[in-house]
Amino acid sequence: MALSQEEVRKVALLARLELTDEEIASQAKHLNDLLGQFEKLQALDVTGIEPTSHSIPIVNVLRADVERPSLSREETLANAPEARDGCFVVPRIVAD
Amino acid sequence: MSELIGLTAHEAAERMARGEFSAVELTQAMLARIEAVEAQVQAFLTTTADSALAAAAAVDERRAQGESLPPLAGIPYALKDNMCTVGIKSTAGSKILYNFIPPYDATVVARLKAAGAVLVGKANCDEFAMGSSTENSGYHPTHNPWDLARVPGGSSGGSAAAVAAQECMVALGSDTGGSIRQPAALCGVVGMKPTYGRVSRSGLIAYASSLDQIGPLGRDVTDCALLLNVVAGHDPLDSTAADVPVPDFAAACRSGVKGLRIGIPQEYFGQGVTPEVSALVHAAIDKLTELGATAEVCSLPYTEYALAAYYIIAPAEASSNLARFDGVKYGLRTKALAGHIGLTEKTRDEGFGDEVKQRIMIGTYALSAGYYDAYYKRAQQVRTLIRQDFDRAFETFDVLLAPTAPSTAFKIGEKSDPLEMKLADVCTIPVNMAGLPGLSIPCGFANGLPVGLQLIGKAFDEEALFRVAYTYEQATEWHKAAPKL
Repeated sequence: MALSQEEVRKVALLARLELTDEEIASQAKHLNDLLGQFEKLQALDVTGIEPTSHSIPIVNVLRADVERPSLSREETLANAPEARDGCFVVPRIVAD
Repeated sequence: MSELIGLTAHEAAERMARGEFSAVELTQAMLARIEAVEAQVQAFLTTTADSALAAAAAVDERRAQGESLPPLAGIPYALKDNMCTVGIKSTAGSKILYNFIPPYDATVVARLKAAGAVLVGKANCDEFAMGSSTENSGYHPTHNPWDLARVPGGSSGGSAAAVAAQECMVALGSDTGGSIRQPAALCGVVGMKPTYGRVSRSGLIAYASSLDQIGPLGRDVTDCALLLNVVAGHDPLDSTAADVPVPDFAAACRSGVKGLRIGIPQEYFGQGVTPEVSALVHAAIDKLTELGATAEVCSLPYTEYALAAYYIIAPAEASSNLARFDGVKYGLRTKALAGHIGLTEKTRDEGFGDEVKQRIMIGTYALSAGYYDAYYKRAQQVRTLIRQDFDRAFETFDVLLAPTAPSTAFKIGEKSDPLEMKLADVCTIPVNMAGLPGLSIPCGFANGLPVGLQLIGKAFDEEALFRVAYTYEQATEWHKAAPKL
């Protein structure tokens, strides 16, 4: 089941990647090559096999609910491409 | 002081303790070595001469006060650039983090600082640790010290090359599908991926969180054991850093292999393994049986499915982890005018390299509505089958032994097909899928290029790997060879 360029464009939007037409074409080829590799997995019978999300059995690691030092506002914003008044600056997302 | 650079960390530590030279002298020798060979090897993205000399001077001062110092005090080391260092640029090999200066240290870095180890630089790697040759670095390739026209392996290629080229004594890398072991093999050094959960990942820039693990590289087994001693153990900042006792890995080295049962998984000798690599690994098996171990062929039948399952699971996790790079909080922001979605899309298109984009795309697709069961869930079920293979083998064997990589180092630019490149990790990926410890140790040379063998152990039984590796190393001379630069 090969992905069309239109479907690849949709995945790129989900992934928040603005790809050029050229990149869409090369991504489509790469994705379809990989999907071809995955076909061997479809041939396996996995009925009743539990999925493994982590290799070691760790569940619900808890800690005491106490205050701890954290990064200051200045440290947090120090790497921001644009900051103002102690906040990250982003493009306007709500119209006037 | 140029003879100092060829010492192992444990030799240097003993001689510094005896007062034969100072930590500052050792660091100066190492910085001079970097100066001399770095133009050829290009193992580093950032070097840290000033802070290294200050850290070394602090160690000398502590020693002068009569303090008894831990084993890695004053030892120059390198860090893969995907580990955060406060005040020192940490790019993970990506343009999208070209100016990122972390406000905190990774837990491993904090522990090494407390142990007095001296950071000499941040090592090059494939972008976000995605690759097997370090050619995917957003900055420059690294060259294999044994043949500068060849790759050092990857993704921790800078760490492995820096250790091999004697630009540092030990290094930390990270291993998601073989990224410590494969470059260690290709550069002729020892590299180990601990059990998932043995070492804290706090401050490791995430690639695939259920597979990533930090581990040591060094010029001998003892140095790797000493480095793991420092960084291993539970960490409140990483809930997956298991709260289990940490043994003394250096002491474990000396237990010998008498009666130890070694399994040889037959599937690891197909999969494009060259005859030269196979012959050297088999010679090592003979050597270990001479030394008192027993060896028997075994089977891990689901091995052939590991690569495909990995290339669903790892990219799926990566697509989620890398969503944080949005041009708002840190790193690159596009100069193009765009709305809020456009800002993110353009920033990511400009900042990520091709391999990273490909993995984000396949991961996004595998997790998207309607495909989850067919891809991600199925890959996790295959992961269970791979784990069960290992569980069965470890009912009979103490360790498994296989090639680390199917071939020796390939030429820079040689593998242009991304699918072909991925086969470089075919012997190492199953170990990450099962969360097990794996160690690569030099076992000879084919046409002048190093070959590594891989030892695979039970979860949290790194000691068995150190035992076998150390015993083999003491009976061979491979680790004493150094590239001519």
